[in-house]
This record gives sequence, C-alpha cells and structure tokens, in this order.
Amino acid sequence: MFRWLLITLLSLGIVGVSVWGYQEHQEKNAILIQAENSYQRSFHDLAYYMDLLHDKIGSTLAMNSREQLSPQLAEIWRLTSMAHGNVGQLPLTLLPFNKTEEFLSQMGDFSYQTAIRDLEKEPLSDKELQTFESLYEMSGDIESELRKVQNMVLNENLRWMDVQLALVNNDEQADNTIIDGFKTVEKTVEGYSEGKMNASLMGTSSKKDGFSILGDEKISKEEAKKKIRELLQVDKETEINVTTTGDGATVPLYSGSYQKNNQSGYIDITQNGGHPLTMMINREVTEAKIGLNKATQLAEQYLQDLDFEELALLESNQYDNVGVFHFIPQVDDVWIYPDVIQVKVALDNGDILGLVAKDYFENHRDREIHSPKITEEEARKEVNPNLKIHENHLAIIEDDLGEEVLAYVFLGTLGNDSYKIFINAESGDEERVEKLKQAEIRY
Amino acid sequence: MKVLKTGMLIVFIFSLPFLLTSQETEVKAFSDQVIQHGATGEDVIELQARLQYLGFYNGNIDGVFGWGTYWALRNFQYEFGLDIDGLAGEETKQKLISASEYNKQYVREQINKGKDFTHYGGMDMEKQTKEKNPSPNNQGQETEKNNAKEEDLEPTAVNVPQGFSQNDIKLMANAVYGEARGEPYQGQVAVAAVILNRVESPSFPNTISGVIFEPRAFTAVSDGQIWLTPNEKARRAVLDAINGWDPTGEAIYYFNPNTATSDWIWSRPQIKKIGKHIFCM
Repeated sequence: MFRWLLITLLSLGIVGVSVWGYQEHQEKNAILIQAENSYQRSFHDLAYYMDLLHDKIGSTLAMNSREQLSPQLAEIWRLTSMAHGNVGQLPLTLLPFNKTEEFLSQMGDFSYQTAIRDLEKEPLSDKELQTFESLYEMSGDIESELRKVQNMVLNENLRWMDVQLALVNNDEQADNTIIDGFKTVEKTVEGYSEGKMNASLMGTSSKKDGFSILGDEKISKEEAKKKIRELLQVDKETEINVTTTGDGATVPLYSGSYQKNNQSGYIDITQNGGHPLTMMINREVTEAKIGLNKATQLAEQYLQDLDFEELALLESNQYDNVGVFHFIPQVDDVWIYPDVIQVKVALDNGDILGLVAKDYFENHRDREIHSPKITEEEARKEVNPNLKIHENHLAIIEDDLGEEVLAYVFLGTLGNDSYKIFINAESGDEERVEKLKQAEIRY
Repeated sequence: MKVLKTGMLIVFIFSLPFLLTSQETEVKAFSDQVIQHGATGEDVIELQARLQYLGFYNGNIDGVFGWGTYWALRNFQYEFGLDIDGLAGEETKQKLISASEYNKQYVREQINKGKDFTHYGGMDMEKQTKEKNPSPNNQGQETEKNNAKEEDLEPTAVNVPQGFSQNDIKLMANAVYGEARGEPYQGQVAVAAVILNRVESPSFPNTISGVIFEPRAFTAVSDGQIWLTPNEKARRAVLDAINGWDPTGEAIYYFNPNTATSDWIWSRPQIKKIGKHIFCM
C-alpha cells in the first residue's frame, strides 16, 4: 500500500517537473528568437540603407540642377545616420568594424556640410566631386560585400546569436560566415582609407598642433614623483604610485596616485616639462560651509599659484557640496575659449579637489589675434532683433570645422531663456547659438 | 507684468524711507556668503523670492541661481544704482532686505508641500499658490518634512551640466557602477570618460544610451549588473567625467587583462592602466 502511494507521488512529481521544464524551455526559446529577430532586423535594415545610400550618391553625381542637389545631400546625410544607428545595434563591438563606421560618419559629415551650403553661390569644387566619386566607389564595394553576407545569411539560415557566441568564446577555429563576411567588408574599406580620400574635405584635417608649449625637456621619474607629491600636497609618509603611459597616449605622461585613509588622489603630468593635465582627489565632502563666491576666489588663487594668469570665470556651478568652475584665459580682453581650465573645490573646507588643464596645454600657444574687421555695433545687428543683449565680449572660438576664429560673444535673453550667440568678427556670420541650460527639477 | 513691475517699483521707491526705518528691527536674513551664479540652497530661495517680490524675477523659486536669477539680479542692481556685477554681496543684500519682504513661512510651506507658487509683492500670497497634481508620495514627504521644521530648505531643482539631464547621469552611473564598482575612484571616472569619448567618436553610436546598450560593448549590460543600484561614488565619478575630467587620455576601449578573451583588444595601442583596467585607443 505504502509503496503504491510513493510511486504515484513520485510519478506525479516527475510529470510536474517535466511540464515546468518544458514551459521554461519554451520561454527561453521565445526570448532567444526575439533577440535574434531584433539583430536580424538591424542587419537587414543596414544592408537596405547601404543599397539606398549607394544609389543616392550615384544619382547625386549625375545630377545637374542645383535645386535638387541640396535635398539629395540631406537625404544621404539621413541615410548615413540611419545606417550608423543600425551598426550600433549589432553585436560587433569586439569585431574590428571601425573603418566602416568611420566611413558612414565621414560620409555623413561631408554630405551635411555640402547640403547646408548655398550651392548657388559656392558650387561643388572639383576636389569635392572627386571625393564624392571615391565615396561612391567605396559605398558600392561595401554594398556588394554586405549583399554577399546577406545572401549567405538568408540562404543558410545563419543566426546572429551564433555570432555572439563565437565572439564570446573567441574560438580560433570558429568558422563563422557572418564574422568572415564582415571582416571582408572592413578590409574593403581599409583599402580606401589612405590615398583616395581627400582628408581636408572630410572635415577630419583639423588636427590641433597639440601640446606645443610643453617644451623638449623631459623630467625623470624621480623628479616626476617629487612634482606629483607637491601638486597633490601629500606628506612624505604616504606612498605614491607612479606609472608611465604606453604607445597609445597622445602625449607621454606620468600618472601618480595615492590612497590614504578615506581619501584617494590621482594626477597626470606631462613627461615633457612636468605640467599637470588632470588632477582629482576623492573624499567625502560634508555639508557646505563656504559660499560659491569664496570658492571661486580659492580656485583663482590656486590657478595663480600654478602660473595661470588673467583668467575669466566662464561658469560656476554647485553640485551638492562641491563647486565646479570653468575659467577662460584672456589675452588683451579676448577670451580664449579653446584653452578652458576646470577646477573643483570642496565647499566644506575649501580644498581644491580637481583640476583639468589638458585643453590649456593642448591648445595654448602665442596666438596672433587680429583686430576684428567689423565693429561691435555691426555685429549686434547680426543678432536676432528679438533677443535682448545683456553682455558681450570678444573671443577666440572653434568653428564647426575646428578652426579657430575671432568672434563677438553676446549673452542675451529671449522670453525666459538665455542664449549665447557667437558672431564671426571678420565676416559677421552667425557661427553658433547656444541655449544656456536651466536648472532641472529635482525628481 | 511690465505695468505691474513699474507700478510696484514706484510704490517701493516712495515707501523706501519707511522700509529703511523699519529694517532696523528686522532679523538678519541671508547668511553672509556672497551669492553667485550657479549656487544652490536656502540663500538662493530667499534671493529669488525677494527679487520676485519686487517684480524682477518671474521664474520659479527653486533655489538654483540660474541665468534667470542672474539677469533679474543685474536688473535690480541697475535700478537701484548699485554696481552691476550679478553678485549678491553685502550691499546688494542690504538693499534687497530693505526694499522687499520675504514671507519665509509662506515660502517654506509651499516648497514643503510641493506646490506651484509665486511670491509677488502687493498681492495676496494665498492667491499665488496652486495645488499641483497631488500624489500619494507627496503626502508622505509632507508629514516627514513638517517634523523637521527648522531644517534648511532644500532647493527644488538641481544644476545639471550643459547638454545632460539627471537621467543621463543616472544611466551612466548605473553603467559605471555595474562595470567598475570595485575600482578606485579614478577608475570609475575613467570608465565614464570612455563612454563619453565613444559618444564623440565616429566609430560608435552618438548617444549615451546608444553607446551603453550597444550589444557586447559592456559586460555589465550583457549580464544585467547595470541594473544594480549605483552608489553616490559612481554618481560623483560620472559628474566629474561630464564636467571634463578624463584620466584615460581620450581612450575609447578598456579591458581587464585577467579576463579579456579577445586577441584583437590586445592589439589596440595601450594608453595606461588604472586600477584593474587597461585603457586603449
């Protein structure tokens, strides 16, 4: 009797577990299929947009009427950004696919810049047409390679989940057709990246001179350690760990860090000259005891001690109990925006908690600042008449292409919003309009 | 509003002598800090309320010294013949105190109750408040805050870096906490900086969410650790990165050398090692 009861119970248990297991399995499959489908959709969308992109570039090349050209270029710009978005949704991050993404982004920049230009006044130059032709060729190659991959995916029912698995396990012998296909696409683009592309037209040539004021004198690791101790203001007892940067760094650095009780610090100084680029100290900051204005003075004093002089306060902000300040160096009352310096101050006792002088050391040099070609009054006329101007100054700013230009900066209000307007001091063009941020409601 | 403003101004200029005499007995209101653009806190609430009382300030009384407050203060300084520097220093504060009234009890009550309100002079205060959609949450807060009546008033808004929202910061803090919660502070700032560098880079999506949720980009996203609740340290690290701190030297990749499985990632030019992560181009 007892035995029969046990057998019944156990078999019921087995049936129950199998039903549950089957349901779990079903659910897992449903989710896998859903994930797979979203990958598939991104992939086929990508292939479709590349098709379309190639066609559009082709028809733009053949186009003669200028009225049609700008909308076409805008369409190309839209397609590149759609395609770029799709690439970002595929699990390709660990697969070298940068070149193709860069192609899309460059294509986008190029078409945008030409689309917004008044082509009546300034038609496409021969060089630009050449660039366009090589972009056409390139997009054609990418298109045909992608089509091959797409064809294989459809014919052989390849799944993106397998790509993901192959990339996770990184099997050497993993013969994954999709991965191979994408590698071929990447190779195709790589062939173009040097030579055919006219860099200056793609808006990528705006390489800064970069760190020209550092000097040639290298400091040794020992000297660096001493300097770091000084800059971080730590005593002799605290251990400082100094490391050097590898090949990938844009400028060779010594990095120092320390850990003491609940406080840690980190600093980057240049190997040439030993200038501080980034400094930060982390500790609990208790209730604010000093005002933002006092903190500004402390920050200014700190920068003066580091030999940064003639600074204008661009922005000051209180985040909880710290103040963050953006300072702009001035030369003869011209604000040099690219040389911005940031300082962070603890509002409980006024300690300096951070410094960013990377932009300063990267961009600073003895600039030749020409006097403006148009007067302030003339520049004022270029500003939207509905805007009420309250403040203005002259400044060196970077334009869309990353070139430095002299500009009048106007601060004003329109309705309840504040704006910053940059008017080119040579041509009177409106370089940029920035809406200044408002505080956000605390949620 | 213009008519109201000038009307009020006239009233005030005429009543200035009376106000000045009565001011002697008034309690000193502001703390002694010089209030500057970007500041937050109770002093700013009072500054905004007083400026609004005089009709200079039409924005929300939220306790954050933003651009609206700045222009209002400069207008006030102009109208009252003070140096126009946009700073609420000793002299400016004295002038404000003597020219305006600050109904502290009223403002405190409105803020604690989470109501929409204004603080214009010459109008019945009770008519200047209106109930927001009451939510059960607010009720709880109300009783809680009433108990701690003499606590400092908290601003109802916060500063956020230009181009970012609190939610962007929250999302990044989630990612940083999931990816690097065992790392030193600079290591967390570095991870946040990599996310921002990727947004800038042409080879990556152009939005923060696009970069974070790119498939296979971050392990914390793949295994769900991104949904852990981040701590204050991660949030601070994100804020620092957004404000321009980048200890990585413009890196767009990083990996943990002990667990990295991809050969390709090793082939990237390395910049430096922070904590357990190697940062590279």
